[in-house]
Amino acid sequence: MKARAARNRLSGRWLIAALPYLWLIAFFLVPFLIVLKISLSQTAIAQPPYTPTLDLAAGWEGLKAFLGQLSFSTYGLLLQDDIYLFSYLKSLQIAALSTLALVVIGLPIAYGMARAPARTQAILLVAVILPFWTSFLIRVYAWINILQRDGLLNDALRALGLIDEPVAWLASDTAVYIGIIYSYLPFMVLPLYANFQKLDETLLEAAADLGCPRWKTFFVVTLPLVLPGLAAGALLCFIPIIGEFVIPDLLGSSQTLMIGQTLWTEFFANRDWPVASAIAVVLLVLLVVPIAFYENVQSRQIEER
Amino acid sequence: MGRRFSVFNLVSVALGIAFLYLPIVILVIYSFNASRLVTIWGGWSLRWYAALLDDSALREAATNSLLIAFASATAATVLGTLAALALSRLGRFRGRLPFVAMIYAPLVMPEVITGLSLLLFFVAINLDRGFLTITIAHTTLTLCFVAVLVQSRLAGFDRTLEEAAMDLGCPPLRTFLTVTVPVIAPAIAAGFLLAFSLSLDDLVIASFTTGPGATTLPIRIYSDVRLGVKPEINAVCTIFVAVIALVVIAASILTRRAERRQQISAC
Repeated sequence: MKARAARNRLSGRWLIAALPYLWLIAFFLVPFLIVLKISLSQTAIAQPPYTPTLDLAAGWEGLKAFLGQLSFSTYGLLLQDDIYLFSYLKSLQIAALSTLALVVIGLPIAYGMARAPARTQAILLVAVILPFWTSFLIRVYAWINILQRDGLLNDALRALGLIDEPVAWLASDTAVYIGIIYSYLPFMVLPLYANFQKLDETLLEAAADLGCPRWKTFFVVTLPLVLPGLAAGALLCFIPIIGEFVIPDLLGSSQTLMIGQTLWTEFFANRDWPVASAIAVVLLVLLVVPIAFYENVQSRQIEER
Repeated sequence: MGRRFSVFNLVSVALGIAFLYLPIVILVIYSFNASRLVTIWGGWSLRWYAALLDDSALREAATNSLLIAFASATAATVLGTLAALALSRLGRFRGRLPFVAMIYAPLVMPEVITGLSLLLFFVAINLDRGFLTITIAHTTLTLCFVAVLVQSRLAGFDRTLEEAAMDLGCPPLRTFLTVTVPVIAPAIAAGFLLAFSLSLDDLVIASFTTGPGATTLPIRIYSDVRLGVKPEINAVCTIFVAVIALVVIAASILTRRAERRQQISAC
């Protein structure tokens, strides 16, 4: 009976999937293939259409001619100039260190939130989500107010007698790290909080009853239990930070050149579309491992539910 | 439950919240500063808000942003809800894995890549860049957020309710509209709001896909900020933050009330 009803419902159900499926193929997958193709085109021609062009009317022969003309010369270019390697490595370094800092800062906040009284928890949750809804750009801009040469941070430090001369906070590594940690903190705290909240407190009591010191309980019992949240949060920060553009552009200097900025410059200032595309493809290849890992964590959490 | 909210917990939560809010509070306070010099306090004043009223280019940018946000959030809500339904109701259909990948990938994809690829696509199909292209780009990005939100709501949904309705002879579409939709409505509403605010906020993807006459508010703010801090920007940002805060707080109160009503009627 149920099987027949299911079969009756099946006809036409694929229509539900068809619309978003086609949309994503058209506006997500196909654009990527175009990026891939342009990255393999000749750099010499800086205006579209890029050679080689695919002539669909010529059929199989056309396709063969098209594939034969693709070249990896643009990728060779990426190796020749140090600026590309430098900004890839700088992006990895900044993303790794700030994700580590986010874990260290996020853990006690999420832990504290999960232990607060239930009523307070609801308010704290909205309080952490709220900045996430307000503009990213505005939150970065807010730090310029604070970090600039005659800004509030220098005023405060001078008033406390900690410094005599104003410190140049802006256009430094420190400013970029502050900006990133500030912007991504909710992404770290929320998945962690969700895991801390599910934590079975009796396990902690058991550990305490058996004489385990509290710091050891944390590392041996608590941390392994919130690991899925930790992994989700860390990846949710690490991956987008690598491609970050706004924060290093507004708070950083030439010493904090990240790959997102290099791509932006190649595209908007140098108008070199093939190089910009090649940068994007290499960046994506770098991100394939963490993205696959993230999807794995996500789908496992969905299966659990 | 042996929950203890220790001093350590209190201090870390308080510091965390202070860290999240202090910069925004400072920004809001300084938007009321009478002095032109951003760092010197010259008393309370509304002069920068008055100055905004005369800035017609800024008003136009704000209008563009709101229109794009509304159009793309509407499209993304429809497409995202359909995607969520497909993921949680169609079982393991063929081509499910690439579908899941295409929904999760944009969530973590660096914006510069999404922006670049969409622009190259629009150039390739010869579509004039402007209002429409930004809307398509934002729809593509935000429909994935909507799909994830709605799907998590559908996953916690008691499916026997749907089955009961259909066993009693209710046609599938009507079952969907009268049983499923009311339950997932809060998630759909939250998805719309999230899509709206993501679109309103986006700088990178909009910069790639924009065209003549389609300057959005973030593009305008960004070009101003690059020239240095100006008190007018503080005022714009304060209005922006105030509007979003009001909408989010209203939405969370409404959801809470809807959930409570549901619990009562379920009893």
